[in-house]
Amino acid sequence: MADSANWDWEIGDKLVSDIKEWKASYNWVEEPYVSPDGEKVAAIVNTDEAEFNVCVNGKAWEIEEPFEKAWSLKFSPDGRLTALVSADMAWTVAVDGELWEEASDYVWDKQFSEDGKTIAVAAQQEGSYLMIKDDTPWESGFSFITCMTMSPDGKNTAASAQAVAFGQAEVFKFQEGCFTAAANGNAWGRNFVNVWNMAFSPDGTKLAAEVRLNLYDYTIAVNGKPWEQIFGCVWAPIFHSDKGTVIAPVRTAGAWTMAEDGNIIWDSKFAQVWHQKISPDGKKLAAIVAKGFGSWTVAVDGKAWDITFCDMVTDLTFSPDSSRVGCVGKEGDKYAIAIDGSEWDNSFDMAWGPVFSPDSKNVAAKVEKDGKYTIAVNGKLWQRMCEQAWEPVFSPDGSKILCRTVEDGVCYRRVVSINEMI
Amino acid sequence: MSNFDMLYNFISGPLFIVAVIVFIGGSIYKIHQLISLVNQKEKFIWRYMSWKYSIRSILHWIIPFASTNWRKRSFMTIMTFIFHMGLVCMPFFLAAHVILINEAFGVSWWTIPDGTADVITVIVIIACVFFLLRRLILRDVRFITTPSDYALLTIAAAPFITGFLADQQCCYYRFWLILHILSGEIMLMAIPFTRLTHMLYAVFTRAYLGSEFGGVRHARDW
Amino acid sequence: MAEPAKNRIIDEGLDTGKERLTQERIDKVINQVLSGETGARLKAYMDTCVHCGLCSETCPYYLSYGRDPKLSPAGKVRRTMGEILKRKGKVDPDFIRQASEVASTECNVCKRCAMYCPFGVDSAYILLVIRRICHLCGVTPLYIQDTAHSHSVTQNQMWVKEDEWIDTLQWQEEDAREELPDLRIPLDKEGADFMYSVIGPEPKFLAGLLYQAAYIFNVAGCDWTMPSMPGWDNSDMAMFTGDNEIMGRNKKFHYEAAQKLKVKRIVMGECGHAFRSVYDVGNRWLAWANPPVPMVHAIDFYHELLSTGKIKIKEKYKKSVTIHDPCNVIRGRGLHDKLRYVIHELCENVIEMHPNREHNYCCNAGGGVINCGPPFKNKRVMGNKVKAKQCADTGAEILITPCHNCHSGMEDIVLYYKLDMHVKFISDIMYEVMEKPEV
Repeated sequence: MADSANWDWEIGDKLVSDIKEWKASYNWVEEPYVSPDGEKVAAIVNTDEAEFNVCVNGKAWEIEEPFEKAWSLKFSPDGRLTALVSADMAWTVAVDGELWEEASDYVWDKQFSEDGKTIAVAAQQEGSYLMIKDDTPWESGFSFITCMTMSPDGKNTAASAQAVAFGQAEVFKFQEGCFTAAANGNAWGRNFVNVWNMAFSPDGTKLAAEVRLNLYDYTIAVNGKPWEQIFGCVWAPIFHSDKGTVIAPVRTAGAWTMAEDGNIIWDSKFAQVWHQKISPDGKKLAAIVAKGFGSWTVAVDGKAWDITFCDMVTDLTFSPDSSRVGCVGKEGDKYAIAIDGSEWDNSFDMAWGPVFSPDSKNVAAKVEKDGKYTIAVNGKLWQRMCEQAWEPVFSPDGSKILCRTVEDGVCYRRVVSINEMI
Repeated sequence: MSNFDMLYNFISGPLFIVAVIVFIGGSIYKIHQLISLVNQKEKFIWRYMSWKYSIRSILHWIIPFASTNWRKRSFMTIMTFIFHMGLVCMPFFLAAHVILINEAFGVSWWTIPDGTADVITVIVIIACVFFLLRRLILRDVRFITTPSDYALLTIAAAPFITGFLADQQCCYYRFWLILHILSGEIMLMAIPFTRLTHMLYAVFTRAYLGSEFGGVRHARDW
Repeated sequence: MAEPAKNRIIDEGLDTGKERLTQERIDKVINQVLSGETGARLKAYMDTCVHCGLCSETCPYYLSYGRDPKLSPAGKVRRTMGEILKRKGKVDPDFIRQASEVASTECNVCKRCAMYCPFGVDSAYILLVIRRICHLCGVTPLYIQDTAHSHSVTQNQMWVKEDEWIDTLQWQEEDAREELPDLRIPLDKEGADFMYSVIGPEPKFLAGLLYQAAYIFNVAGCDWTMPSMPGWDNSDMAMFTGDNEIMGRNKKFHYEAAQKLKVKRIVMGECGHAFRSVYDVGNRWLAWANPPVPMVHAIDFYHELLSTGKIKIKEKYKKSVTIHDPCNVIRGRGLHDKLRYVIHELCENVIEMHPNREHNYCCNAGGGVINCGPPFKNKRVMGNKVKAKQCADTGAEILITPCHNCHSGMEDIVLYYKLDMHVKFISDIMYEVMEKPEV
């Protein structure tokens, strides 16, 4: 996360930009994105036939030539504005209007490190697939990559990569194992039938991934070495932040549970377990689980909440002090926020993941109700119903909330006292 | 007491009770087994089961000509409904049976007039012949027929054939009577442990498909 | 049973798979599936079926192949699961090969027979269990196995690489701007009303359909998006090979794309089997009793666009049309009345084929059969004489079917049986007859 201490936390409202006015200057203005500190709002704009640029607070990037195409406009956590653009028939990354030198036939799947200082993309260059991190490509590419990932510290990138060529419908060659994982472009020495979703160890020396050993045996491999235990299915592994062990949901005898370095660590069995998270203090392990068919909730260290949602649970979040857990739950067409096993009284047409205050006492979330967006704090709705809103940000002392909104076509930055919202 | 009387007393007494116990106990066991299996391995089924759609589906198939397939196969439909009606009604409403029950327990109820019962019996026997001929003649039915299907047809037909012959009282009355009671008991005991078990399971399979079609697929299943 | 057909079809997936299969593996798999994975349904169906043959005439294969008793639904069950149970699981690799061919290429798992069975015995389910056994034995027809591999690597059906997908959308967007200058295919637009998902063949061979959909949605003023990440493909051949784990993985990608984008619903293109996978089957494997994000089939969505006046018709389509009801959205979702509303809104002269609605015959391409590829094409096409007759009897010039597999299967039938008709999607016609904005 970016350091928000230097932001303007004075209570009050700022008009960031009147997006309506931009529309006069361009053929069209695409959906706006707002910077983490709320000071800037940006959108891709069409300037002429097949000509695009990026407009920030009403002012277009000063670029030599307009882009032929532009997409994936995003602010990095440290507030830089990035887009994937095509210029001179080549694709690259534009950061605050500056283009990377590395040109590719295509770039996609832009990722940021946690602090936002590192940017990585997947790229295709003359049929070779690789990742580019901060304008530096892997030394060699592959004929195919998927499941691109970057470590949270931005030091390492990895992807599932095709290591052995196979022709059309060469199913038995495929089943011998043609895929591997490539960490920073270097393939594991071992191939698998499939390699999926991976994670780096905190020190960056290990890479763990889901692997399929044949048509039906699944396990986790770390640096190419599979666990001894085989499972009916597995989901994405994570590393324990302190212990460095690998933790992944596994399916055994038709039920899901949690394994650490291959050993089952939860006594309880579930109809589903996924998206596990380690608490910031490293002491708790939570996951989204289904207690039974169509009965979704959160389990912390294998113990499920009593409350369940029939449709789904998403956005599992630990509080900074590790004492609390929140999520979004869906029942019918209503979305709810649940914290520590209790649902907020209000339900919504859509809800974004809960955001805890730095002191872990308050919880805020972006929500949609009756076609309008707003912020809910501890279940209570802010009185402003907006055309657009972004996820709330707490001030470092937790006493204020930064609300970034678009109201009647105008982008506002509003710092609101928490007392006003609860 | 003659040998016949001893035999008669045995098969209409203790053996009958055994048959009833096996039938009821076996049926409870089979249904329990099915429900336990659902609970063990396919619990999700409960999520989709619906009284409304189960009943809707069962009604469309329990009423003659209420489903498309019944209408397409009118002769088969008539035969199968008469056969099954006969199979279920005759044991309970045949005057001779009710008299026996009255003698044993002192209760009685409405009975099918003897003439009608004869007609039903003949039709059920004709239906059995029809089913037999289907199995022998129709290529598709013959292909899926197993020896057990002939055995089951025999088990189902036997009480009617023997009962009919006994009822005519022309010859070997006692012989046919004994065989009649015995075959009825065999059938009772066979229900839970052979494919006659469809008598128990049909309501569940029908209700499940009806629930899936009604609640999930939003389509008719008849 | 499972005796070889007169003209044995060579298929590398089946033949090499059989060569590599050991008895030990068969025993393990059959035990795993019969004791571990199946339960009350299989038992009830196998115990309840009285071998009456009332299902025979429901099956297009049976009818089309001269009422071959081996091809009736119960006949197919007898040749596969019936034998496995009779032999108490002691079957050999030859048997598995034949069972795989029966289950994968002689049955569309269309469930028409289940609908006509007095007891509701679901033969399609039983044959899907057979496919599962064959998958775990590694004996699956080559082309559909390759497709399942594609799903496992790319989460789409056609080995479409991630850049190719996005590039294709942008290319279609650019092309469509010639016609509608401010048209957009919004990528990854968080909070849109719906995510539009399609099947792998659309970007691979049928990019024009993406164009048409984008055009229709833009004219209708929809708030929509398409994901740039895997999960954009809703199709699922893994569901039909019995590779439930890959099926589940793909559905997880699909719904998680929608969850990430915070859309309220997913609208999908004109595909039948994909709807079955996302709406009814794949979600269940993941313990989602309902689709976690509501799934709206194209028929349903076109119905919404037309009935709310978001799309207006300039002039109805003149040629005579008939409707082929795709099993997976009609018998699978009851969209037959909405389909008729849509077609009647678009077309002047609609001739029904019979039987129709829930009682339709499958196109014979469904259930993964067409995906078993060229080795089985003749067998498939000859197995649908009954459909060809149905179509010919209408005398219509155009056959509309809102399903990709139906579309391809019906094109083969039109060609083989020399039917004088053309096969179209609804969107082909809607795009042609709708009111288009002046540019």
